[in-house]
Amino acid sequence: MLSSTVKAQIISIVSASNFDDTKTGRLVYSYDATPNFQSMPDAVVSPRNKQEISEIVKLCNEHKIPIVPRGSGTNLSAGTCPTEGGIVLLFKHLNKILEIDEENLTATVQPGVVTLDLINAVEAKGLFFPPDPGSMKISTIGGNINENSGGLRGLKYGVTRDYVIGLEAVLPNGAIIRTGGKLAKDVAGYDFTRLFVGSEGTLCIVTEAILKLIPIPETKQTMLALYQDLEAAAKSVSKIIASKIIPATLEFLDQPTLRVVEDFAKIGLPTDVKAVLLIEQDGPLEVVQRDMARIAEVCKDQKAVSVQIAQSDAEAEALMTARRSALSALARLKPTTILEDATVPRSEIARMVAAINEIAAKYDLNICTFGHAGDGNLHPTCPTDSRNLDEMARVEKAFEEIFEKAIEFGGTITGEHGVGVMKAPYLELKLGKEGVAAMKAVKDALDPNNIMNPGKIFAKDSRKRVVVSK
Amino acid sequence: MTTVEEQQRIQTKFQEKMNQDELLNCMRCGFCLPTCPTYIESGYQESHSPRGRIALMKAVVDGLIEPDEDFERSLDLCLGCRACEPVCPSGVNYGHLLEEARDIVNQNKQFSMPVRVVRKAVFKELFPHQNRMRGLTGLLGFYQRSGLQKLARGTGIMKLFPDSLATMEKVLPNMPTMKEMKNRPEHLEAIGVKKQKVGFFSGCLMDTMFLETNNATMKLLQLAGCEIVIPKEQACCGALHGHSGEKDGAKELARRNIKAFEDTGVDFIITNAGGCGAFLIDYDHLLKDDPEWKDRAQAFADKIKDISQILVEVGFHEKVKLELPNQILTYQDSCHLRNVMKTASAPRTLLQAIKGTQYQEMQNADRCCGSAGIYNIVESEMSMQLLDSKMVNAKATQATTIVTANPGCLLQMKLGIEREGLSSKMKGVHIVDILLEAVKE
Repeated sequence: MLSSTVKAQIISIVSASNFDDTKTGRLVYSYDATPNFQSMPDAVVSPRNKQEISEIVKLCNEHKIPIVPRGSGTNLSAGTCPTEGGIVLLFKHLNKILEIDEENLTATVQPGVVTLDLINAVEAKGLFFPPDPGSMKISTIGGNINENSGGLRGLKYGVTRDYVIGLEAVLPNGAIIRTGGKLAKDVAGYDFTRLFVGSEGTLCIVTEAILKLIPIPETKQTMLALYQDLEAAAKSVSKIIASKIIPATLEFLDQPTLRVVEDFAKIGLPTDVKAVLLIEQDGPLEVVQRDMARIAEVCKDQKAVSVQIAQSDAEAEALMTARRSALSALARLKPTTILEDATVPRSEIARMVAAINEIAAKYDLNICTFGHAGDGNLHPTCPTDSRNLDEMARVEKAFEEIFEKAIEFGGTITGEHGVGVMKAPYLELKLGKEGVAAMKAVKDALDPNNIMNPGKIFAKDSRKRVVVSK
Repeated sequence: MTTVEEQQRIQTKFQEKMNQDELLNCMRCGFCLPTCPTYIESGYQESHSPRGRIALMKAVVDGLIEPDEDFERSLDLCLGCRACEPVCPSGVNYGHLLEEARDIVNQNKQFSMPVRVVRKAVFKELFPHQNRMRGLTGLLGFYQRSGLQKLARGTGIMKLFPDSLATMEKVLPNMPTMKEMKNRPEHLEAIGVKKQKVGFFSGCLMDTMFLETNNATMKLLQLAGCEIVIPKEQACCGALHGHSGEKDGAKELARRNIKAFEDTGVDFIITNAGGCGAFLIDYDHLLKDDPEWKDRAQAFADKIKDISQILVEVGFHEKVKLELPNQILTYQDSCHLRNVMKTASAPRTLLQAIKGTQYQEMQNADRCCGSAGIYNIVESEMSMQLLDSKMVNAKATQATTIVTANPGCLLQMKLGIEREGLSSKMKGVHIVDILLEAVKE
């Protein structure tokens, strides 16, 4: 509960209409897209500009009130769930594209801009902003920056981090700083831009971002390769890259995923095969055609039973849309959907997929796997029911083993969803004690009172929990 | 306002009656947010989004919050357009959850005296009785024809009414006479080769205020080669009841309609109002707990088809020559026709088949216009906000004719045109009226 003085002070900063501490108002910001996490904030505040944000942060720092910045709440690691109460900060008033600079190839935006709106705006000018997380129709740029979101084009074009070249941010002491700029080169001191991207709201509040744009590729083609053997599909991925072709997209879906996606999207995906690869290449027409021909050859060499190129833009778009709905389509199977994003070097994809299947069998679970195979970023997904406590315990153990396997293969516990609360207990697996300590030192230096999204990234104790409720 | 006791009763009923599997099925991915008109128009307030509303319903079930005034506000402001359903990857039946929640709230709270009187009059005394609907329409007709309308407008008495209501008075269609409303056909033969035998669901408002549109619908069906049965025992579809938390009233009407069409031997039951069609096609859900009626409701629901859909299926637009003077047409989706009956391309196909006209798709044509049953009267402010946004997109098409497929949408479009002062340049029509006008025999 906020004290009445603090409440009055916040209202005097943002005005009464931008402050909500009603039960209804707080309840609808008590969750994000992560299953089984819910916690009520004390208030929901919608500042109108960076000065207001700075004043709120100062106030919270003085009274040690947690602040959870929140875009559209599509987070999958409970990063935007206010597990320690405090204030949920909304960016609905900071949702403007401030500038698209065609000479410097940059876009300057406020954090509340919806990803798809930005993509449409820059594409109207013949430019391209590649990071396209699965939730891009509603996710905000601010959220993408805080989580360093990936997407389907990561293989060739990188992730959000690779397109953020400057930030304006409010630090936990209320200071407003600017990092980077419209610069291709900038080595003035520590690279705060890259530190803040992916910091999950634990270091600062992003109030503005300068994004790098690139010219839009002239054409693209989409291909579907079908396999009766899961590992053959995974091997194709490594072989395609080994033949020195970097496709724009190289997605993998296994049979259980295919079935539910087809049931949802009804676009005629084959459901009688064990795995498919969805491959997209973009660029000048000649290059795209040459690459696609070569990729088709590689897939056939790897025992693909069928290789087909989408015949129209609409067909290609339908395929990509189907892939985008994979996660949520899996939600049709069971009420609860546990989705992870363990990532390995792409050469290890085949081994990782095999390991996931073994683990699923060992714990008697149905785990569907899809993901950005080209990035080595898999999404083993377990449809389950949070009311079935016995199964939930097995899910917990299975994912723990999946994380350990990923690390064993030189991978990581999270490729793109962030650590949040959900994977905090596993951070040490990846970084080691000293690594976590060094990270914690950075956090403590910038946020000594631990007000910025507390409880995220760093586990409070070593108790392992992936799916434990509340 | 609900009392504490009422809130407790509502909470208990939520725990008993809400479909908990369905509530849990929402994985909170947020894919519904960009499609929700009230989420967008409220300035991105989660409490006015489908995900937020489901979370609130679940929180009432879980005992995290009480069903207080803010909770009711969140339910009230929902248009029920169900645009969130086709985009929901988990396939959550939001419309069913909303209906159940509204029913529980309305059945367990005491409305104020005047509201009670109006609700009883509308839900129990007026809509279920077609003769009374005719009587009311007759009165309106008398108002329009007797010179009373001129008098009312001349004296400025209409200025005493809220803006939207006063404008609404201007856009009502010319009412049919009592005689026209009474002599309704019960059976019509196909013109030319008979292809189908269909039932026609004539509706309550459609068969009174929009009588001409019903006549046009039957004419088109005949031209398309359909023999038509129009059982006179049929009644109002009950959508108004269902959406306003009067489920029992809706069920009673559903049983009457199922019975009326049961032994007619028709292949399909045709509707020309998206709002009615969507409710009829959901009768199986409405009566799912009634063992005697469950299967009969399913059989009924399976036959429901919109007029546009059947016309396209029998190739009406290929067989009959359609032509109109040069004009730009645009189409505003009926939310329920699109999101529940899944009919979106058929109306567009038909319009594009009219020679001499150009079809211009409107941006966000699939977004609710704010009519939503009686929403534009009870939630006038949000409704007008939605309508204003709609008209910006409508104007951008440069269309001279906005075509719709539901009476509520049609009136709302006419209202929008009137509010924008465009009545000399733009008109709103029901799709069957423009199609019949285009028929060159």
